[in-house]
Amino acid sequence: MNKWIMFVIFAYMTTGFAQESAPHAFVGARIIPVVGKPIEKGVIVIHKGKISAIGVADAVELPNDAVVHDATGQVILPGFVDTHSHIGGAGAGDSSKPLHPGTSVFDSFNVLDAGIQKAQAGGVTVANVMPGSGHLMSGQTIYIKMRDGRIINDLVIKNAEGKFMGGMKMANGTNSIRQAPFPGTRGKSAALVRALYIKAQEYRQKILDAKGDKTKMPPRDLGMEALVEVLEGKRIVHHHTHRHDDVMTVLRLQKEFGFRVVLHHVSEAWKIAKEIAAAKAPCSIIIIDSPGGKLEARDLDWKNGIALEKAGAVVGFHTDDPITDSRLFLRSAAFAVRAGMSEEAAIYGLTMAGAIMLDLQDRLGSLEVGKDADLVILSGSPLSVYTKIQETWVDGKKVFDRADAQDHLWAVGGYGAGEDRPVEYCCYGKGQ
Amino acid sequence: MRKSICLIFALLISLNAQIAVKGEVIHTMAGEQITNGVILIRDGKIAAIGTTKEVIIPKECQVLSAKVVTPGLIDARSVVGLGGMLNQSQDQDQLERSAPMQPELRAIDAYNSLDPLVKWIRQLGVTTVNTGHAPGMLMSGQTMVVKTHGTVVDKAVMKTTQMIAVTLGDSGLMPKGSPGTRGKAVAMLRGEFVRIQNQINAREQAQAASKEDEKNVAKSTQPRNIRDEILERVLNREVPLLVYAHRHYDILSALRLAKEFNIEIVLDGASEAYLLVNEIKEAGVSVIVHPSMSRTFGEKQNMSMENASILQKAGIRIAMQSGYESYVPKTRVVLFEAAIAAAYGLGFDNALKAITIDAAKILGIDARVGSLEVGKDADIALYDGDPFEYTSHCTAVIIDGKIVSSESH
Repeated sequence: MNKWIMFVIFAYMTTGFAQESAPHAFVGARIIPVVGKPIEKGVIVIHKGKISAIGVADAVELPNDAVVHDATGQVILPGFVDTHSHIGGAGAGDSSKPLHPGTSVFDSFNVLDAGIQKAQAGGVTVANVMPGSGHLMSGQTIYIKMRDGRIINDLVIKNAEGKFMGGMKMANGTNSIRQAPFPGTRGKSAALVRALYIKAQEYRQKILDAKGDKTKMPPRDLGMEALVEVLEGKRIVHHHTHRHDDVMTVLRLQKEFGFRVVLHHVSEAWKIAKEIAAAKAPCSIIIIDSPGGKLEARDLDWKNGIALEKAGAVVGFHTDDPITDSRLFLRSAAFAVRAGMSEEAAIYGLTMAGAIMLDLQDRLGSLEVGKDADLVILSGSPLSVYTKIQETWVDGKKVFDRADAQDHLWAVGGYGAGEDRPVEYCCYGKGQ
Repeated sequence: MRKSICLIFALLISLNAQIAVKGEVIHTMAGEQITNGVILIRDGKIAAIGTTKEVIIPKECQVLSAKVVTPGLIDARSVVGLGGMLNQSQDQDQLERSAPMQPELRAIDAYNSLDPLVKWIRQLGVTTVNTGHAPGMLMSGQTMVVKTHGTVVDKAVMKTTQMIAVTLGDSGLMPKGSPGTRGKAVAMLRGEFVRIQNQINAREQAQAASKEDEKNVAKSTQPRNIRDEILERVLNREVPLLVYAHRHYDILSALRLAKEFNIEIVLDGASEAYLLVNEIKEAGVSVIVHPSMSRTFGEKQNMSMENASILQKAGIRIAMQSGYESYVPKTRVVLFEAAIAAAYGLGFDNALKAITIDAAKILGIDARVGSLEVGKDADIALYDGDPFEYTSHCTAVIIDGKIVSSESH
């Protein structure tokens, strides 16, 4: 009897460990890989955090030790990339001045924020977490994976050199026009930004001139260091902008200083879609239930997606959480389709387009062998209001499961849904 | 024999119809849905409704067709027309902050019928709104019920004074001044109703005395006071309080107040109502549920997308609302809020009820709107698919028999 119990425990433990490192195979779903055509009754295998195989049922051999998930009737998509989010209660620059290149969201992000759990419930696996838009330059952004981490380092994506990735948040138009020392007009806004970039160009020149000689290097300047990365294209500018003329100002500054830019919100993009496409500036658009709420968004239109798609621009979406709820991110793509965008382009906009905007297109954004095992499993057609996200997987680990009671609470709301994720700690068992 | 009588009857009522609406599915919200149906409209009213076999469309009629036809949608709580699209000081009339209690403020005196947001919701099928003063002050003012068409509000209005907007909880408290606490807020409301009760008592005593002594007639006539008049109507159960409350204890305060003064209340928002299902049901109070997509901050942090479903299943009458938004989006669209509720337990039929007939019942306007029946206002929304689906479009809208939108949205 005792032996039997021991055996059961042992068997459970070994299978438990095995499941941790074993490949997972999802069988029978309609798989939308984004790159390539949808696969009916497909198979996708993930192992060690990466996609190891994908294809039609007959073409994929399941590893012997694979944990097989029957996904018949479900739809599998790549994890969604939210190019503009404010989860984690993060900020950067304060109200002391309009330009804060040296500050970063990295230093103020709450990894236990329920917003992360809600984003997982919405199928978001990667987000660009930004400071607000009340400054011309409000600081550095971070690109995070929706892992259930303990500290911020667990979440932020590292590049090939092992450095944490992120962009630079900028804004123009009325949000950053305030009392002095903030600009009072658009002309002043652009002048302040130009002056800063000229300073950064000079700083960079000093570094180049030093040719590695430490004694000739300019004194360290946190803001300038970040701006050098911007000037060298290593840190992408994520630019809040609404009105058509403000968008043109961004493109003008981009041309002058040569930084890489993603246009965010771009309410009036439909008025200048050709110019945006010609400048090869990707657009991360927002879908709001009604226009207005501020002067600059009076002409915001659901047709932005189709207008930019037609013009040939890269179009993605963002939640701007809490402006829209991460749990309903799919809705943004659906409304773009309502206004004429193709379903294919809309799903690309939730995934691959976002990956491109964060320089992560080689690692995620589509379901291809070798890419990160970031998956969303849906109960049905991606753009239907009745469809539910069943599971979300990040780096080969399940981070959201609608069948789990706690995950369900975050997914639909209810008492306690706004509290930080509970953590286990010493002495008294579970707590918060 | 019976068939031919029907036919003759149909022909008769079809004679003067001006518009016919054909629907592959017509959700009448009064009995079963009609498959392959037709609605005839005459002089702003529904003149006939039935299957295409039962109702014959006269030749001179303008015919609109759609996959799905519903009654014009009713938004049971909004601030459109007062809270304008641009969000600039000149178009924000939803909240007067000069005093905590101003029930005399009428919505009709502040409503801009041509604000773009009114058109926006109309194009998506919303034909009637309960709009007015926003949550944010203890007693911020009145709401009215208005059709979403026309320029002259006096012609579009259905009920000039629908409800008095009351705010309990954090949103109704003042950072400086009173009420600064929940206890003070409720005490101020109670004090106000007691004051009115005292006035009524004094007047009745004076009237009784004047009957005995005709010389005292002058004593019984008090000068008019528009604030006291409206509060007296509340005490007479002629005008309900629309109580914005999210926390469970604020909801209980509202129920307590209703019981103490025997006044009618409707709960507005009520994020944590799912915790008080029995209490709300026992009190016989209806709930205009928070927008499904409202932001889960502060006193709304425990909001649930299943709230509408939980309340409805418990037998509580619910409606959906677009609510009040101070920023982007400046208004929500009740159709989309109901869509989320539909997907989160409420189901298609009950979600549609919550923005048509049940909303009409809560607002007391169901004799005129909320369902598609002969004699009712011809307020109709047409869709090219399931109205709740994101990718469907509202293809036409009719209000009082006039086509007010015919483009796909």
